[in-house]
Amino acid sequence: MVRMKPAPPLICLVSLLLQLTLAGCSPAPAPTVAAPTATTATATLAPVVRQPGELLLATTTSTADSGLLTFILPVFEKANNVKVNVVAVGTGQAIEIGRKGDADVLLVHARAQEDKFVADGEAKERFDVMYNDFIIVGPKNDPVKVAGAKDAADAFKAIAAAQATFVSRGDKSGTNTKELAIWASAKITPTKEMKWYNAIGQGMGETLLFSNEQQGYTLSDRGTYLSMQDKLTGLTIVFGGQKLADNQDKLLLNPYGVMAVNPARHPAVNYDLAMKFVNWILSVDTQKLIAGYGVDKYGQPLFYANSAQYQAAQ
Amino acid sequence: MDELLRGIEQAMRLIASGDGALAEIVLLSLRVSGLALLISTLCGVPVGAALGLSRSRAHGLITALLYTGMGLPPVVVGLFVYLFLSRSGPLGVLGWLFTPRAMVSAQVVIALPLVTGLTMTAVRSVDPGLRVQVRSLGATRLQEAWAVLLEARIGVVAAIVAAFGGIISEVGAVMLVGGDIEGKTRVLTTAIVLNTRQGEFSLAIALGLILLALTFAANVALLRLQGRT
Repeated sequence: MVRMKPAPPLICLVSLLLQLTLAGCSPAPAPTVAAPTATTATATLAPVVRQPGELLLATTTSTADSGLLTFILPVFEKANNVKVNVVAVGTGQAIEIGRKGDADVLLVHARAQEDKFVADGEAKERFDVMYNDFIIVGPKNDPVKVAGAKDAADAFKAIAAAQATFVSRGDKSGTNTKELAIWASAKITPTKEMKWYNAIGQGMGETLLFSNEQQGYTLSDRGTYLSMQDKLTGLTIVFGGQKLADNQDKLLLNPYGVMAVNPARHPAVNYDLAMKFVNWILSVDTQKLIAGYGVDKYGQPLFYANSAQYQAAQ
Repeated sequence: MDELLRGIEQAMRLIASGDGALAEIVLLSLRVSGLALLISTLCGVPVGAALGLSRSRAHGLITALLYTGMGLPPVVVGLFVYLFLSRSGPLGVLGWLFTPRAMVSAQVVIALPLVTGLTMTAVRSVDPGLRVQVRSLGATRLQEAWAVLLEARIGVVAAIVAAFGGIISEVGAVMLVGGDIEGKTRVLTTAIVLNTRQGEFSLAIALGLILLALTFAANVALLRLQGRT
């Protein structure tokens, strides 16, 4: 499972180089060590291109934490005899990883940032994969009576007016982007001076746990909330209903897109495999897997499949 | 309190069952930090000894830089290693980002100044009379350095133990440059963060207990080594 061909001399050299840069130091007077290191390093200093049998997928924490990827990825790995390495971070960071050419393919959920990624030429095209929705969760007794709100902006207005504790991801993730858009539509600008507004800069799971401890309100994707519900004993869904179909604010829909990083921009990416992955995740068979995931456990899917191929087949 | 006790109980059961995924995480932690420690020791002890023995003019400056290096915040190291190893960075051609090699690199950057600096301090504190004595017996410079190092071994071992404790328990840098990829770059500390994030406290506690046991075992082993002549 763990592949690591150690290259100690090269790592030593690289680390020394980094060390010198960091400390702004002049080379240490140690010819006895430096000389042999340098010669061996040149011998191994051939560019290591990412192995053809490996794909690096940068994605959001929700697809990984909900267990969806663990459920569907083995199918792709087995069919193509490859290993998919998943780096699960906030959507903002995932897109940055793609922008630097450090990932081959992205599966993220922040439409505006995705469209910008394509417009900047970092990817050739973006495809719809699936969607779910956001919900507002809060304390069981719902002190602010958010449950009566007509839409998400209205709910946020009520929270702000009562200065009830609100927990924000604060990490430029897709959820954070959506949250800020809702504040904007409520014509409220949250600032750090507002004592009730907590931007904690962490993932969805941590944010939900934090809200549970502090008895605060937060915006969550439904999938992560459902998968952690048993640990969130002090929280309930105060806006968005028990199922996606019950969500009365269509702005809370949460679409996920897939993009292969453009090889014209980043020649080292594994484009062929990335496109294979894109076509695979959009295929009807995979979409059926996605649509069925979580139904037995939660009584509803965590993600609703909606690739063009899947819709055409319906 | 209830949750904590239940977590510890489940953790014990998990460790006793010899879970495969758990073993993989522990092994990778040991491989990454072990390799980083080996490299840091091989580079740092000779350099530290050389610095400790020499009386160069740049002495004060080197000491100041080394001590700064010893206090580098790991997450800052992680950030710079990330930017260096990124495909758009100066060492991007290596393709090391999000691999164990990147983690080893970051840990070497953290451990190397510790080993070098503490070795230097240990060597400097050796009685200068020893060098005079060894030299008068006709020892070469290398033999002289070796004699001093042997005399300073308690400090040198302490340096290595401190470095190991520092890197195996470090999370910020390895999270950034390794990416916490399951089965590839997930180590004890990043797994603890992940499981806490998901509310899986018993697994997090199990990993935490193993981490504690590892650092304890390493300390005991190295302390025994220190006792031998």
